[in-house]
Amino acid sequence: MSTVATTTRRPPPWRNVRVLRWVFQAVFLFLVALLLLYLWETATDNLRRLGIRTDFRYLRQPAGFAIPSSDFRSSQSLFDAILVGIQNTAKVALLGIVLATILGVVVGVARLSTNWLVRRAAAAYVETFRNIPVLIIIIFCWLGVFLRLPPIRDATEVLDLVVVSNRGMVVPWFDKVGSGAVFGLVAVAGFVLAAAAWIWRSRRFDRTGQPHRRALWAGGILLAVLAVGFFATGRPWVLETPERGELSTAGGFRLSPEYAALLIGLTVYTASHIAEIVRGSILAVPRGQTEAANAVGLSGLVRLRYVVLPQAFRISIPPVANQYLNLVKNSSLGVAVSYYEVTKITQVSISQAAPAVQAILLLMGVYLVFSLSIAFVTNLFNRRLTLKGR
Amino acid sequence: MATRVDTLEPVPAPERPPERRLPPREWARENLFGTGFDTFLTIVFGLVAAWLVYRLGRFVLVDARWEIIERNITNLMVSRFPRDELWRVWGALLVLAASLGLGAGTTAAMRRREVEEGRANSPQRATALRRAGPALVLVSVLLWFAQSLQATLLTIAVGVVGIGAFMFGRRLSLQPRHAALVVLGGIVLAFGVVTAFDGVGWEDWGGFMLTVVLAVGGILLAFPFGVLLALGRRSTLPAVRVVCVAYIELFRGVPLIAVLFMGAFMIGFLLPPGVDRPSLVTRALIALVLFTAAYVAEIVRGGLQGVPAGQVEAAQALGLSPVRITTRIVLPQALRNVIPGLVGQFISLYKDTSLVAIIGLTELLNVSRNITAQPDFLAQGLIVETLLFASFVYWTGAYWMSRESQRLERRLGLGER
Repeated sequence: MSTVATTTRRPPPWRNVRVLRWVFQAVFLFLVALLLLYLWETATDNLRRLGIRTDFRYLRQPAGFAIPSSDFRSSQSLFDAILVGIQNTAKVALLGIVLATILGVVVGVARLSTNWLVRRAAAAYVETFRNIPVLIIIIFCWLGVFLRLPPIRDATEVLDLVVVSNRGMVVPWFDKVGSGAVFGLVAVAGFVLAAAAWIWRSRRFDRTGQPHRRALWAGGILLAVLAVGFFATGRPWVLETPERGELSTAGGFRLSPEYAALLIGLTVYTASHIAEIVRGSILAVPRGQTEAANAVGLSGLVRLRYVVLPQAFRISIPPVANQYLNLVKNSSLGVAVSYYEVTKITQVSISQAAPAVQAILLLMGVYLVFSLSIAFVTNLFNRRLTLKGR
Repeated sequence: MATRVDTLEPVPAPERPPERRLPPREWARENLFGTGFDTFLTIVFGLVAAWLVYRLGRFVLVDARWEIIERNITNLMVSRFPRDELWRVWGALLVLAASLGLGAGTTAAMRRREVEEGRANSPQRATALRRAGPALVLVSVLLWFAQSLQATLLTIAVGVVGIGAFMFGRRLSLQPRHAALVVLGGIVLAFGVVTAFDGVGWEDWGGFMLTVVLAVGGILLAFPFGVLLALGRRSTLPAVRVVCVAYIELFRGVPLIAVLFMGAFMIGFLLPPGVDRPSLVTRALIALVLFTAAYVAEIVRGGLQGVPAGQVEAAQALGLSPVRITTRIVLPQALRNVIPGLVGQFISLYKDTSLVAIIGLTELLNVSRNITAQPDFLAQGLIVETLLFASFVYWTGAYWMSRESQRLERRLGLGER
């Protein structure tokens, strides 16, 4: 038939889709490269003209500023300052993630409570904090709450354990007196034993079907080993309660007002978002699941624990991970309350004549690493937990 | 994602279960004192809630010294905007009310037609007053602080013009495309009223006005850019896809404040010598647009993925060109589905504009902090009052928009499984 002849004839190159695709992509890449090159050239030209360096060697210069609540001295290099900043970001972000998750899950479950008052209170919490800029919450905690607390002389002491003043909150903390190395080894051994117990109980459960109680077993073993090790190695740490002086406090661990404000602001704000996700995920579990659980005679809590929550958990992983990412990025608002995380340090270093272009590129790079690693971990996690097949 | 297919057959309205009305005693037993634990919770939560409401109410009504807000209300709204030129702002508001009212009237007319033709469920009974509630509360609180007859009359005039335009638009029932043009034209005209003919350039804008302008300008300018990025990310050309993915992931991976720093400190270096550095407001807006575009792209991508592949294949079978398939077949269906997502993005942009305070723009948050340093109010701890006021303004706006967006979502039949 004649159609065979027409399909084998090649169209001219200007109408050949394959050729056109190549040409279009080449032109597109060329234009993008041209734009980037142009930006790069103008930037380096401008910098050179103004006598600003165009490399990253400025990082070796002494920082010229000190960082509050750290051992960092102004003679150390800018590179070290940024490392301290990254540590501070991690400090507030990690604790924030833990607290926001706890608060968010509690509020999210409370929003579905059968108790009208609890339901309404949780809804009010969510609607209030979801609709206010997180920056205002943070600044409010800082200027409106923590900095307005009484000075140390008139500080409030809660049960003689916590000292609250406008210099921050001092909580009891472990003070190292003996050698921690031996105890560290004991602790590692404890974790290994606990993991072994967990696996043993799980296997036994798979084999016999008897209740595994693996959390109880593993936790008990870990606690027992840690307790025995703690006393056997001569109590390497003691819990030290803060002592209030006239102008300062001694002992304990001090949370600066800036840190506390940032932490509380991030927690409260992110928790309101996580609560909505938790609520949505619980509602997204098909109602037939609850009804089936009812039909086989499971009680309320058991139903929640073994039927609803595990399925809701799976649904909520991607959006919650997104909130974690947002929390890490929002921790950059420490810059507004002078908490020295990596953004604040970048801002200070720019004001102290570090080259702005490089400093900002470095800052963006740091956050990209944070974001991409969180995304990587959640992807791994998600892949393990998604239902296979079907 | 559910895509709505318009058919001529009426969609049966889902029947709502009849509302149960219980006498108060049984209602309380069921909802508050079901079990012992429930009773305990009710008592604890009731006490805590009552204490909080009492403290907050007492502060707002008795203890707070609102004088600082009363005397600075103009400052909070427009900051450094020249006071002689304030009529321009009112003029712009009138223009905006007219064009937005016309647009809303057109959608109302469209909606009515859809209901009459049986293509949509009749709307739930929500009176206009209830829907506009939060916005009305905001305006009345602002007017209460302003205590100015002139401002009140002008606000009423704006409201009357808006409602009049709404009625007119409902009768006129324009084509949606034309209505969109009217709204966009109104925004441009309002901008012109403020800036043109020896007006005030936006370097001098501030306060709540700047907050709104940055949010609206940001989303409007980011939208076309975001659509292009989304199309690029879904492209079959690997080179285009890689570049778009790189852009999107780069800007979604860094915090907004880093992008704003980029705008504040870096843009000046990227311009050829001899070109003046744009004003800080412009640079902040550029940063907001670059940042928002990446998020808009992800939202639009969701909409694009919701368009069934059969639509594209059918269009290809009809011999439409790729450009036509995109603009006439795919985008109209995709964009309809992403409206609630875009409203959500607008709300978060509205809240995030507070971050430009960190690079030194005098928007609402920055003014709230600055006025506590005035000689009359210095060191009196009035920051609580001013921040509470600022969060009230942000809250009413964001809450109102999120409620409207939920309504829209229900109306478009999204989020239903």
